[in-house]
Amino acid sequence: MAGQDTTASVRVESLVKKFGKFTAVDRVSFATAPGEIFGFLGPNGAGKSTTIRILCGLLRPTSGKAVVAGFDVARQAEEVRQNIGYMSQKFSLYNTLKVVENLRFFAGMYSVPRDLADARIREAIAMAGLAGHEHDLTATLAGGWKQRLALGCSILHRPKVLFLDEPTSGVDPISRRQFWDLIHEMAGGGVTVFVSTHYMDEAEYCNRLALMNRGALVALGTPNELKRHLMKGALLLAKCEPLGPALEILQHNPAVVDAAVFGEALHVTVEDAAAATTSLPGYLAEHGVKCTRLEPIPPSLEDVFVQLTGRRIRAGEVTAS
Amino acid sequence: MAEGSDDAIRTEGLVKRFPGVTAVDDLSFWVRRGEIFGLVGPDGAGKTTTMRILAGVMSPDAGTASVAGFDVVRDPEAVKNHISYMPQRFGLYEDLTVDENIRFYADLFGVPARDREAHAGRLLEAAGMSEFRGRLAGNLSGGMKQKLGLACALVHHPRVLLLDEPTTGVDPVSRREFWQILYSLLAEGVTIVISTAYLDEAERCTRLALLFKGRSLLCDTPERLKAQMPGATLVVVSPHPREVRDRLSGAEGVSNVVLVGDGVHLVVDDASRRCAEAKQMLTAAGIPFDEIAESEPSIEDLFVAYVGSQG
Amino acid sequence: MARKELIQIRRDPRSLFIALIMPVMQMAMLGYGVSLDAKHIPLYVYDQEGSQESQALLKRFQASEYFDLVKTVDNYRELTAAVDSDRSKLAVVIPFDFSERLRDANQTNVQVIVDGTDDNTANLATDYARAVIGQFSVDFRTEWLRRQGLPVGGGGTVSIEPRTWFNEDLESRNFIIPGIVALVMALVGALLTSLTISREWERGTMEQLISTPITSQEVMFGKLIPYFAIGLVDAAMCVAIGVWWFDVPFRGTLTSLFATTSLFLIVILGIGFMISVAIKSQLGASQIALLVTLLPTMMLSGFAFPIDQMPPVIRAITYVVYSRYYVTILKAIFLKGVGVRALLAPVMAMAIYAVVIGWMATHAFKKTLD
Repeated sequence: MAGQDTTASVRVESLVKKFGKFTAVDRVSFATAPGEIFGFLGPNGAGKSTTIRILCGLLRPTSGKAVVAGFDVARQAEEVRQNIGYMSQKFSLYNTLKVVENLRFFAGMYSVPRDLADARIREAIAMAGLAGHEHDLTATLAGGWKQRLALGCSILHRPKVLFLDEPTSGVDPISRRQFWDLIHEMAGGGVTVFVSTHYMDEAEYCNRLALMNRGALVALGTPNELKRHLMKGALLLAKCEPLGPALEILQHNPAVVDAAVFGEALHVTVEDAAAATTSLPGYLAEHGVKCTRLEPIPPSLEDVFVQLTGRRIRAGEVTAS
Repeated sequence: MAEGSDDAIRTEGLVKRFPGVTAVDDLSFWVRRGEIFGLVGPDGAGKTTTMRILAGVMSPDAGTASVAGFDVVRDPEAVKNHISYMPQRFGLYEDLTVDENIRFYADLFGVPARDREAHAGRLLEAAGMSEFRGRLAGNLSGGMKQKLGLACALVHHPRVLLLDEPTTGVDPVSRREFWQILYSLLAEGVTIVISTAYLDEAERCTRLALLFKGRSLLCDTPERLKAQMPGATLVVVSPHPREVRDRLSGAEGVSNVVLVGDGVHLVVDDASRRCAEAKQMLTAAGIPFDEIAESEPSIEDLFVAYVGSQG
Repeated sequence: MARKELIQIRRDPRSLFIALIMPVMQMAMLGYGVSLDAKHIPLYVYDQEGSQESQALLKRFQASEYFDLVKTVDNYRELTAAVDSDRSKLAVVIPFDFSERLRDANQTNVQVIVDGTDDNTANLATDYARAVIGQFSVDFRTEWLRRQGLPVGGGGTVSIEPRTWFNEDLESRNFIIPGIVALVMALVGALLTSLTISREWERGTMEQLISTPITSQEVMFGKLIPYFAIGLVDAAMCVAIGVWWFDVPFRGTLTSLFATTSLFLIVILGIGFMISVAIKSQLGASQIALLVTLLPTMMLSGFAFPIDQMPPVIRAITYVVYSRYYVTILKAIFLKGVGVRALLAPVMAMAIYAVVIGWMATHAFKKTLD
């Protein structure tokens, strides 16, 4: 009996997906609230896209449970697909169609009833700021417009859950902010927005983030939580001369967890910031390296990401497809 | 440091037009030898077109460009002997093995057979791909393909390396590894020009040019660019970011308010003063917040501030 | 969904072309160009006698719409040369004692020499000749009997002694297979090479390729040389299969075969290369390649449908079709075993083609994205 569970918009419980012997998704659990902007991060092959496909009703889980927009993905896949929206900026739109033709096509695909479709198409055009451009070929639109058009196409059927795949990659920052304003408005209206991305600055826009690695969920929290609580140790910025040797020397220092070049400086991860700030300059000087600046800096999401998923190249690394 | 004769690359007034759009619009910049220079900007900013002109595979409608000491417009073939270009769809032959690809590129560049073996071996070793020499390039993972592409580009010791959006779509870990390889190349004296739409990658460059609609908005080191940014950036961390935004938008001295994740970024004219005022306003309105602190502007903030001010 | 597809088809010029224009073109070519009948067959006559009767027979041939009396000769050598070099498809030799033997009401023979390389035409030509001569024979006899006051009926006739040259059994296979060699060359040559440059564009490897020091000439030769070798091997294979499996006679020399095949390959590969340079998608390039090489070779080169029987307009077009010369040469090499001298015209034509196309191809590829 199809019931509608409205407490969590998406609920995932011990989700498992195996392809033969390979476990792509390994007991993943989380829940999102309506109106939440939820980010999904992870290296390729980490199980991120597989999880999203399961949530979109495109793949059946091996075991565990996932309820999306009130419908069980295993038993009610069709209903799930009818109640979610999916936007991939680079692949959704047909370039040889006009703006309004694309909208009508998607309205048809999602079976939006005719009388509602016209009104919603007009709303989508307004939202995208494309009034007056309805009959332009989609191919002629600039990045920011295409993105908003794709968004419009994906919500014609007013889904409760929306999946976005790298929605603002390559888009200029101003259009990007306008886009996120739109997303925030939708979220304000109760739509749950899933964002899958590699762009750390996109990830910063999300309310909460889930980080997957090797099929498991390794982190879950707001961007700030992740930066503050999950980062082992502290991050220091070091300006040294000469840079190359400085890197090597630091990497051999026992107090240093990791060191990497970053522009004209080094980012050094240490266990104890205070202790390191005192001891390292002298240590470097002993080895003939002058250190002009050494101070703690807030970690970026990328630092967190790298630390949690960092791995050396394994032999036998092959393409996942 | 000003433009000098030590420059690996110099462009002046580059223009390239396509039907309906001017991709590159009076672009001038210079790249010093041994630095990593970033062409940073969103899609359509003219990055790829500029790279193509520098690589000699496209000719500009106006302007001059010299790469590795040769004039790209008059003598493109001479340039090609000293550079390596890795376009966004880099030229790996999927139906050839790793080894065969490297050998092909070595032949293309006229690398003598003796050097080829030693050098190729070292490159693959550094990339951690020595065991995969016999594998078809089509069967490599995305990150490894990229490394192979880079190895092929480096097989002839180029003086200048041109990379067009090499890290697009690559996860942050592989991206970091890629940059480590780039930094090690710098140590060998190679000059690198890299184009990217990832604004945070801009911070890793020695110097960068922010491109938008074919023009260079700003061009300098990341540090100096940030220092030049008018005003300061405040971050408000709060469980109710939307309410914070609504309250603080349009407040005095606040020029820009952006919802970011679980907080709000504000661009203000005077950090300490507005910080205190913001705290007062939020407390008075009963909106809870965890903290308000000054933070460094991101390249994205720079971009918005600059483009916004252009009107 | 259907609506979207229609809109996309409407906007894509290539699909439109294939869907609408190509069928029309093919119908036109097939409808007009293909004629399995024979008319205006070039005829040479060697009248050994030169009597009133032989002239009367000659006039019959002249009057017939099936034949075009091109020339009367007075020696075998010229006759032979004419058939060899395709100037004549049918030759009639009227014996020196023609009228004498007619009057004697004995059998008299007229020798008819037919060029068998075009099987269909050969058969028809023989039949028509037989008809003309037969009719002449009946008429003559009737007239003669009337003059004699004798009842009309039976008796001596003129019969013909057909000699089919070059393809004695009139095995259609023998004349089709040489043409197939041309077809295969055209297919392999153009189709494969048409993909070579477009493939690089489609896969995205071209951009990096042109940023390296390689020269355009190196690109062209580097890409075409393997296909040239493959082409020669293919030609050898086809000849081998034709000769050993299908028992097609091979009377020419291998050198002439490979020499002319090389010329043809230069043309074909050059065309394929230029198509590949011009059209950056593999699909488009292969379609155009088929259009420009396979189709004309199949329809207009004399491979299956005889050129002489085509209406003049289309026949004029075939002069431009380079494979026409190759097919002629091939048939000659296989079946006639003639040397280059007899084939001077088509060989020259191919050589000119080879030079022109070769030059164009060398300059076709430009190392630029513009």
